[in-house]
Amino acid sequence: MPVNLDKAETVTASSLRGRRIAITGGTSGLGLALVRQLRDQGARVAFVARTAEAVDRTAKQTDAIGITGDVGRKDDIYPLALQITGHLGGLDVLINNASSLGPVPLAPLADTQCEDLERALGVNLLGPFRLTKALMGALAASAREARGALVINISSDAAVNAYPNWGAYSASKAALRHMTAIWNAEAQDDGIRFLAVDPRDMDTPLHAAADPDADPAMLKRPEVSAAEIVDRIVEGLPPSPARLEAVRS
Amino acid sequence: MIAADSPDRPSGKLMVVDAHGGFRHRQRADLAALFQPGDVVVANDAATLPASLRGTHAPSGDPIEIRLAGWVPAGGKLGMVAGDQRQRSAARRIPPGSVVGRDAGRFIAIAFGQGDHRTPTEDRPPPPALFPGDRIQLGPLVAVVNRLLNHPRLLVLCFLGTRADLLAGLARHGRPIQYAHVPKPLALWDVWTNLAADPVAFEPPSAGFALDWRLLSAWRRRGITLTTLTHAAGISSTGDPTLDRRLPFDEPYTIPPRTAASINRAMAKGGRIVAIGTTVVRALESAAKADGIVKPGSGFASGRIGQASRLRIVDAILTGMHQPGESHFELLRAFADAQDLNRATSEATERGYRAHEFGDVMLIERREQNWVGGCRPTVAVAGAFGSY
Repeated sequence: MPVNLDKAETVTASSLRGRRIAITGGTSGLGLALVRQLRDQGARVAFVARTAEAVDRTAKQTDAIGITGDVGRKDDIYPLALQITGHLGGLDVLINNASSLGPVPLAPLADTQCEDLERALGVNLLGPFRLTKALMGALAASAREARGALVINISSDAAVNAYPNWGAYSASKAALRHMTAIWNAEAQDDGIRFLAVDPRDMDTPLHAAADPDADPAMLKRPEVSAAEIVDRIVEGLPPSPARLEAVRS
Repeated sequence: MIAADSPDRPSGKLMVVDAHGGFRHRQRADLAALFQPGDVVVANDAATLPASLRGTHAPSGDPIEIRLAGWVPAGGKLGMVAGDQRQRSAARRIPPGSVVGRDAGRFIAIAFGQGDHRTPTEDRPPPPALFPGDRIQLGPLVAVVNRLLNHPRLLVLCFLGTRADLLAGLARHGRPIQYAHVPKPLALWDVWTNLAADPVAFEPPSAGFALDWRLLSAWRRRGITLTTLTHAAGISSTGDPTLDRRLPFDEPYTIPPRTAASINRAMAKGGRIVAIGTTVVRALESAAKADGIVKPGSGFASGRIGQASRLRIVDAILTGMHQPGESHFELLRAFADAQDLNRATSEATERGYRAHEFGDVMLIERREQNWVGGCRPTVAVAGAFGSY
């Protein structure tokens, strides 16, 4: 029997309709591509970024909910969680995407200022830890209601491989990757899944800051990585009523 | 009783008052071993809004503190607040499609004059004289007095701007409501329970502070189900005796279908229902008013539960240490008689239990005569919560 591609696309598109998704670092690179694609698929999206102007611009462009704040600041975390759950009325998916490189330009560890390492750990490790903890109640509620609950932490191959000059970033991403694995084991019975995803080297502002001489043509487009992550989200959630309906019909 | 004066030093005592008026003194960690397979524990997963806002009353230029205290039902009808019986019945009709049937931009609020939480609420000066239409600047937010509710401190307030402006303004400028027994300013993380999800409460459903993920895991292993509802807990005290007599205001709640199914199934099989906090009792008993079956969906819990109330759903309550005269204490009289509760209070005082939201907890089993059943199997025997 020939595959009905039209129907397959409809099924995928409707599977995220009404899903409540929060993304940090949503105004550029991978985060922005995710906001756009998730909105296109009908998800209800709230994104976080530091600069009010960029937040307003992205919110207007994407019709997503923009929230200004810095996940690297402890005092911002609960106000962010309040606005995320206040707007969405709960949360099905959290994507911890905001990242800090540490020192720019990149530097050997011995030349890295403590403050730069602290900033990288603050944004890349403590930020996701704190925000996830603040939103665990909302995620667990979603799981109890059989909507599914998923936390995606954006990782890097630098979390696994030792690249000179990437020390601050690498150490923070390695810790994030391991924290993700442990949290996944601990929260399994609460119905919350945790995934660390390496989107590979992409043509993004973060990569340009790290490696200004890289040829953008050789880098992956963030839209491609975003589409892969959207697929992981669809796989990671139970079918929505809309999707079940589409499959049945 | 000593007041628990800090969220940083969680108290760990647990007093169990059984169905026969017997007491046991345990630790909070012992909760993991309480209850029986098949029992259902119901918690309130409301997160708490930063509902205290400082600002200026524009017409007079005087300082003012606004404490958001309750939701206004969608459609603008007020129940207990207005004290009008005809409006009360209207208030319970929730418009279709409404999540919890509340008006997102309007609040019942209590106003205070200058000073802050370090002054006991009963000693706080009154707010400047308020009139409908008065503007109040609250940090980045602007609110307008909609109307007064038969008391100079009690009003309906309407915020100007979008819902996003309101949430961002509350997030930036609001502080958790707090009282003089906790001197250190509270942060939102102090007032969100581990289960906090949808930010609709004005004060924390504080019995939920006793629950952590380790405890939930222990219950799951023992076949005890945790389930949740969302009840927008309102303000617990205004410092004004005439206003306090009007508490609690009508409070919106939502009971998810799975929660209702889980409770009704457990009851049919003889499992017992444990409420984590007074708000859960109000929501469940309100949702089962008609026929003793918990109905899923949204509604407004109205009226008080007290000595004369007959409980249809809840077999036991985990609650903070409340004292005679508090509205929460009155609710406990639906579970145990006044004599037992007074003895419990004396014993708690003697043994150094701590009161208030960050204090110790007590588990009270419902006395037999306080149960209205008929369709439930009789399994409530001494030690049914056993293992302690």
